[in-house]
Amino acid sequence: MRRLLPMALLLAMVSAMSMPAPSFAQTALPPAPYANRQLDDPALEAKATDLMHTIRCLTCQSQSIADSDASMAADMRSEIRERIARGEDPEAIRAWLIERYGDWISYKPTAEPILWPLWAAPILMLGAGGLLVRSRMKRRRGSQP
Amino acid sequence: MKKAMKRSLILWIPLGGYLIFLIVASLGLNREQQTVIQSRMIGKPVPVIDLPEASSSHPAFSTGDMADGKPRLLNIFASWCVPCAAEAPQLLQLAQRGVRIDAVAIRDARPDVDAFLKRHGDPFQRIGLDARSALQFHLGSSGVPETFVIDGKGIIRYQHIGYIGPQDMETILQKLKDAES
Repeated sequence: MRRLLPMALLLAMVSAMSMPAPSFAQTALPPAPYANRQLDDPALEAKATDLMHTIRCLTCQSQSIADSDASMAADMRSEIRERIARGEDPEAIRAWLIERYGDWISYKPTAEPILWPLWAAPILMLGAGGLLVRSRMKRRRGSQP
Repeated sequence: MKKAMKRSLILWIPLGGYLIFLIVASLGLNREQQTVIQSRMIGKPVPVIDLPEASSSHPAFSTGDMADGKPRLLNIFASWCVPCAAEAPQLLQLAQRGVRIDAVAIRDARPDVDAFLKRHGDPFQRIGLDARSALQFHLGSSGVPETFVIDGKGIIRYQHIGYIGPQDMETILQKLKDAES
C-alpha cells in the first residue's frame, strides 16, 4: 500500500502538467440571436440558408458561414437572417457584402471577363476531342479501299 | 519517313500537356496563401452607426461624429484579443504624439474592456461597443486588431490589418499626415 502512494502522486502531477490551458482567443459573450436559430417562416429560412452556404467565412476561409464555428461567422449568420426577415432580397445582401469585401467573399460564380476562359474550357476541350475523333475516322475510312 | 516522323511527334503532345499542367499546379501550390482580406471601403465615407458605451470612462459615439475636420484613427480591438495587447504600447505612443484615436470593442463586455485598459494602458478618446460585429461588416473589416485612418471629412483613407508594431508607426503617421490635406 505504501508503495502505491508515490506512483499515484506522480500520475497526478503528470496529469496536471499535461492538462491544456483553456483558449481565450474568442469572445465569451453569448452568440447573436439568430446565429444558430432558424427563422420561423420556412420559406424565409430557406432563402437565408441558400445565401449563407455561398458566403465565405472571414475567419475559417475555406468554409462557408453556414458551416463555420467562428464568432464572426455566427454574427454574419444572424445579420443575414435578420435582413431576410425584414424582407431584403438575398442577392442585394450578397451585393452589399461584395461591395465591402470584394468578389472573394461570394462562392457564387459570375460572368466576369476573367472567368471567360474557365467557362469556355469545357466547350473547347469537347471541340478538340471531336476534331481528333473525326480525323481518326477519316483516316480509317481512307484505309478501307 | 516524313509521315512516320509526324506521327511520332503527335504522340508527345499529351505528355507535353501533362507537363504544362504539372507546372501550373506546382506553381499554384507554392503560391503563398492570401489570408488577409482588404476592405473595399477605402476612399469611401465611414458608415454611420451609433455605438453604445463599451467602457466606464469613455463616452459612446456615433461613427458620424468622426467627420469633425481632424484626421484620426479608428481602432478595432477586443479585450479577448492577444495581438491587441501587443499593439497597446504603440497606440499609447501615437496618442502621446497627439494622434486622436477612437476605438470599437468587438463582441466585448464593459468589465472586460475596463480591465483591459487598466492593464495595458488607455490611448483612446472614445470607445464604442460593437456587440455583434455590425460595424465590422459595414467597414469591410475581417478581424481584430485592425486600424483605419479617417480624414477630417469622415473618408476612410487607409486600412492597417493586424497589430501595429514599432515598424508600422512611420507608415501610420505618414497616412495621417496625408489625410490632413
